[in-house]
Amino acid sequence: MFAYITRRLGMMLLIVFGASFMAYNLEAFSSNPLSIFGESTAKNKHYLMQQMIHRLHLDVPPPIRYFMWLRGVVSGLWGQLNLGMTRDHMPVLDVIGNAIPTTFRLVIASTILAIVLGITIGMITAIRQYSRFDYVMTFISFLLFSLPIFWVAVLLKEYLAIGFNDFLMQPEISLEVTLITAAICGFIMGGITGGSRRRVLSVFGGVTVGVALLLSYLSATHWFVHPGLGIIGVGFLALVSAVIVTQISTGLENRKSLSAAIIAAAIVIVGYYPLQLLMKANASALNVLLVFVITISLAAVAGYFVQNIDRRQNIRTAVLTALLGTLPLILDRYMREFGRYFSSDAVNKRPVPTLGQANDLLNEKQLSNFWITGLDATMHLILPTLALTLISFAGYVRFSRGSLLEVLNMDYIRTARAKGLTERTVIVRHAMRNAMLPLTTILVNDFAGVIGGAIITERVFGWKGMGMLFNQSLTSYDLNLFMGVFMISAVLTVLANLVADLLFGVVDPRIRIRK
Amino acid sequence: MAKKMTPVEQTSEKNENEIALRETEGLSQGQIILRRFLRHRAAMISLVALIFIILFAYTASGIHLGTKEDPISIAGWWHFSITDIDPEGAIAATCNGGITGCPTLDIFPAFIDGTGMHIGAHPMGTDVIGTDYFALVVRGAEQSIMVMFIVGILGVALGTIIGAIAGFFGGIVDAILMRLTDVFLVTPTIVIGAVIGFRFGNLGIVPLALMLGFFAWMGLARFVRTEFLTLREREFVDAARIAGASNRRIIFKHILPNAIGVIIVAGTLLMSGAILIETALSYLGFGVQAPDVSLGLLISRYQNSFSTSPWLFWWPGLFIISIALCINFIGDGLRDAFDPRQKRRISLKERLRGTESKARA
Repeated sequence: MFAYITRRLGMMLLIVFGASFMAYNLEAFSSNPLSIFGESTAKNKHYLMQQMIHRLHLDVPPPIRYFMWLRGVVSGLWGQLNLGMTRDHMPVLDVIGNAIPTTFRLVIASTILAIVLGITIGMITAIRQYSRFDYVMTFISFLLFSLPIFWVAVLLKEYLAIGFNDFLMQPEISLEVTLITAAICGFIMGGITGGSRRRVLSVFGGVTVGVALLLSYLSATHWFVHPGLGIIGVGFLALVSAVIVTQISTGLENRKSLSAAIIAAAIVIVGYYPLQLLMKANASALNVLLVFVITISLAAVAGYFVQNIDRRQNIRTAVLTALLGTLPLILDRYMREFGRYFSSDAVNKRPVPTLGQANDLLNEKQLSNFWITGLDATMHLILPTLALTLISFAGYVRFSRGSLLEVLNMDYIRTARAKGLTERTVIVRHAMRNAMLPLTTILVNDFAGVIGGAIITERVFGWKGMGMLFNQSLTSYDLNLFMGVFMISAVLTVLANLVADLLFGVVDPRIRIRK
Repeated sequence: MAKKMTPVEQTSEKNENEIALRETEGLSQGQIILRRFLRHRAAMISLVALIFIILFAYTASGIHLGTKEDPISIAGWWHFSITDIDPEGAIAATCNGGITGCPTLDIFPAFIDGTGMHIGAHPMGTDVIGTDYFALVVRGAEQSIMVMFIVGILGVALGTIIGAIAGFFGGIVDAILMRLTDVFLVTPTIVIGAVIGFRFGNLGIVPLALMLGFFAWMGLARFVRTEFLTLREREFVDAARIAGASNRRIIFKHILPNAIGVIIVAGTLLMSGAILIETALSYLGFGVQAPDVSLGLLISRYQNSFSTSPWLFWWPGLFIISIALCINFIGDGLRDAFDPRQKRRISLKERLRGTESKARA
């Protein structure tokens, strides 16, 4: 194992070396930093040019200049990483260090969302293969697959941001919109449920009526301006997650598991008011973490005492329920801050911004409020996250659908069914676990593709992260900056490949890593 | 508990196999695949649509190759070119808000909106200075299609050759070629594309597409290599070798035809990726340069005028989506056609017919 990793690391170095050499020369030969002096009429033009040639070593041919640059990178081994200076005399390392968190914030939320949504929908379409839901989702995923992200982004800005902001002026939903939204929700839920036509129709009808009533209520009470879930909403969502978690992990017929999950949901409900004490205006991320720790550990204890056999699965069910049930609790806290955020001068009743990564107009008091700054960051994240999610989720839908379908054709699935196992056990225990195996490779690689994905998104939404640095490095012929961005992305990619291979060996016992 | 099975269900699986077998009787592998593909409805619709779009774009705008200084042009049937400016025509068509340059296309017949169907002088409107937008959009579509095919062909050719050599010979050749592939793979496509586009974008679309193609073969090479690694161990390869076939003959006559499915499917994916990369590069300003146009460039140029003149934004987007969607559906149809495990859904009617014919026999 150790020998394998060492060999792989050595290979990685070689690959990064090769790739960076290629990129350096490609960029060096295709750009001319001196061209900015082309139209200059400055008297000391010649002197400035000489100075730049001297500073950037432009008199050295690129292949040799590469090794001068490489020396700085190799010094990183003894802690003196030096990626050179940008054109504006800033150390590349500092510039990139400032940009990385922005890019990660932008990409991580959307990647996680795309993975969760994509895999869920992909697996459902595979289970309900050839159903109407399957056809509709297949078409939608192909459509999303073919969309350029900048095009989606402009549409989102126009209809979602500006449209929603206008809507908040008069937060009443028209009857047609209510009905159409309700019917879409009904169709999705009906498609997920499947089964006999009567069952699908009753689910469709129930969900449609329920959503329509909910939307009319929200519209009538102007909920969108003063959102919040309250103890009723939080309790309802916690109970729903209790049922879903139990259904997936042990099946609803396991009464003990179900009661463990319901107790976990009850813990969230009972804790609603006491936990608010932890979530005051001057809270921090630590408080939020503490809330999670409290509910989860209480749920684990409850799961332990529910029954003295099968303790592990009861604890697992309770803990997952508490985790999912606490999310609405936190969400509710953010929502209750929304009214104040919405009517503040900085926001001026237009909460969904189309550009930028933070609101510069927030005052001292607001900036010290954990919930307001969090809300602000979320509002700025909504559009880019949605755009990135829409684009990348289609790939996961297709991949997980294909993967699960392949597994469902295997002989051991037939054996499992023949043994008389419930369909839930067959799918969750036998099929889904194996279908997830090839997904690990893709997941890891997608996290590494972060920077490639950010280049366009950052441009469209005016974020100042790695993507913007990359654009800037190209247009201003900034070779060192370009190589800095490139190295981050290259190293991430090779590391991700290694992690994917090692992880694959861990999750799939059939894979033996060559010694 | 077990629900009572209807006779149709009981015999269904056996019948399905029988029906499937009867259908493929006496057909070669290629014919079976072709049949499966022709039966894939979405793929067939997409194929027809794509051919229509290609013919439409190329005949409307004519063919334009060569560099700026030395152009080779054949005029198309559309009466405006991308450089013709028609300020009066633009002002003539105004819409509700008094905005000039509106599209004159009207697809609703007279009984709906009372004006009747007509194309008008500028079916897709004009841009801010009065250039005909239809000419710009079809020209852009033409460029995108060109990039798509060049990148597709070049990528498939390079990927197949490299993957085939690595997979067939194995050992040190494989190691070197695959590390080379890794070197190229490490760089995100958009990064390579941006560097290339920045340098070659102003030379016109063909050099740009050629350069993009040179950096688009890696994924395909990996697929082909894996396919070759498994195929070269098969008995028919040994048989061919014993019969005295040369390496070249084994690769091209024996292994490659068996790997063609993987290559075609990966090729279509490459093509739909290429069209999006080209538009993305042009959008960032690293692709096609003015005065030439491409769909991405048009979107990037007019994204801020969405609220005043939305058609400047909708039309190029519509073309990108249609082309990419068609390619993706064709790829899906091909994948299904080449998949030997693929079973066609046999409808209830066919099943019943199958039972009937057996009863008669």
